[in-house]
Amino acid sequence: MATTTADIAAVSPVAVPARRASAGLWSDAWYRLRRDKLTMASIVVLVILIVLSAAAPLFEEHVFKFKFAQQDLLGAYAKPQLEKPQYLLGSDELGRSQVVRLLYGGQVSLFVGFFAAAIQLTIGVSLGLIAGYKRGFIDDAITFFITVLNSIPTLFLLLIITALFSPSALTLIVILGLLGWAGITLFVRGQTFSLREREFVTAARTVGASGFRIMTKHILPNVLPFIFILAAIDIGTIILIESALSYLGLGILPPTPSWGNMLSNAASYFNLAWWLVVSPGVMIFLTVLCLYLIGDGLRDALDPRLRGAS
Amino acid sequence: MRTYVIRRLLYAIPTLVAIATITFLITRLAPGDPIRLFTFGATDLTREDIEALRAAHGLDKSLPEQFALYIVNAAQLKFGNSILYHKDAMSLVLERLPNTITLAVSALVLQLIIGVPLGVIAAVNRGKWIDNAVRFFGVVGHAVPAFWFGLMLIIIFSVTLRWLPSQGVLTVGKDVWDIGDRLKHLIMPAFVLALAGIANYSRYLRTETLDVIRQDYIRTAEAKGLGSKTVFMVHALRNALIPVVTALGGVLAFLISGALVIEQVFTWPGVGQFTYAAARQKDYPVITAGVMLGGMLLVLSYLIRDIAYAVVDPRIKVK
Repeated sequence: MATTTADIAAVSPVAVPARRASAGLWSDAWYRLRRDKLTMASIVVLVILIVLSAAAPLFEEHVFKFKFAQQDLLGAYAKPQLEKPQYLLGSDELGRSQVVRLLYGGQVSLFVGFFAAAIQLTIGVSLGLIAGYKRGFIDDAITFFITVLNSIPTLFLLLIITALFSPSALTLIVILGLLGWAGITLFVRGQTFSLREREFVTAARTVGASGFRIMTKHILPNVLPFIFILAAIDIGTIILIESALSYLGLGILPPTPSWGNMLSNAASYFNLAWWLVVSPGVMIFLTVLCLYLIGDGLRDALDPRLRGAS
Repeated sequence: MRTYVIRRLLYAIPTLVAIATITFLITRLAPGDPIRLFTFGATDLTREDIEALRAAHGLDKSLPEQFALYIVNAAQLKFGNSILYHKDAMSLVLERLPNTITLAVSALVLQLIIGVPLGVIAAVNRGKWIDNAVRFFGVVGHAVPAFWFGLMLIIIFSVTLRWLPSQGVLTVGKDVWDIGDRLKHLIMPAFVLALAGIANYSRYLRTETLDVIRQDYIRTAEAKGLGSKTVFMVHALRNALIPVVTALGGVLAFLISGALVIEQVFTWPGVGQFTYAAARQKDYPVITAGVMLGGMLLVLSYLIRDIAYAVVDPRIKVK
């Protein structure tokens, strides 16, 4: 029988705000999120960054009228200026437009971040669910594998792999995706451990639900809110790693611009044009900061008990 | 306690074997022939000479044979001679270890002496502007790409102000014991490497302190009539610091990995920088030695962490 707000208000001595009585987890979280100015601002900035990068070809053609690979040796090391729109943020050692390259670099960095995180989350969540639900031998095997994976200095490993295989953007996504899922697995495994002992799982088992069904229909939805938090932070971390690798000349290779490899060029010329070092770094910083703040905000919104705890 | 330590040490063995296996597979499956690369441009070499070189480095045997030999040698820390330097790969890497340790430990000290007070100050002033500033820094410090931060510092302090050197550990020609000169070289890379950790510790300490001052034993101490300073320093801070001690292992591991990129930015002659150079030259013995050393440091860091847990927190049963 449906309980209306009026019923609750009638029996409860504490006044219940009418509009929140029937709120589910998500609408409740959205309600709190909308009041969190910092998180909302981060979401807005991130969306703007994504839209700008996605619309890079349009900007290239209509606003800056300068192709991203176009060179102009006479215009090399142009200072940031308003007179020539293509040199809004200056030009590099080949006279390429910094601002247009930044937009395209954003495409690459965001693309790598989102898809590598998607792979990590897929592996991490499925293995975590299986290890936590099946326990026993499977759990031991997965846990041992993670212990090993955690003991390998990830950056060292990435360095060898990327140095020896000189990856494209696509292989880089796969490599990054296959390496960083250990933390996600351990988290989901822990959650699954406690969820599987709950009554609703026992109930599902009693009516004959298969292990697969219990994992996907009963446990997964309960872990899902945390996965969104993990995802935001994960994407940020991957963008940082990708930029570091590309800076070392091991990630995205020129002429494809990425924020990281633009920095490795700029680093060799900063005596001539220090502004070339500033803008890609600011872009990485801004993107990652927004993602981390969104992660924090989501956590507060989904679990208000943690608000202000960290 | 001793049995616990021995047990943990034994656990490390399969991990190290697995690391060795992965490194072996990656280096051997990669495209590109190190001998070809090494002899590139030398026109007077005959096919026989190349085969001889290949045999000398054990690259002519089948993959399983190479692997068996590799594991036996790895157990004795023998990774063969560097293809480029003709010296024992492990000793070449070990020569760079003190530089990496110096950098990592300096960064650790900076993290503790800056991060811990920041977190405590924030917790004590909860809700005030300084608390918000520290919390914001806690996120910002993580989001800054460390290598870019290093580049910016070089532009500001080395190129523009000319206060600090931008690369190396020591000015060429200076006495090796010139501590002042070494510190000048150390300060920027150490601070850059420490940044994320400072942010981390400030967040961590803030949460811990807030958590501890709500505990019953703090109320008891106050009820006994102890001064608020005594309560804070003796009862609250000591307990808030427990997780800081136990986190040290993980932090060290993070620093060793992170040092790799920072060493590159500041041309700091450490293990990471050397391994990176070797990877670009496909110098397999050095690559494997570097990665194995990194792996061993990591395993050691986790070992320290687990022992620290057992020592500091008596609730963890030592089995």
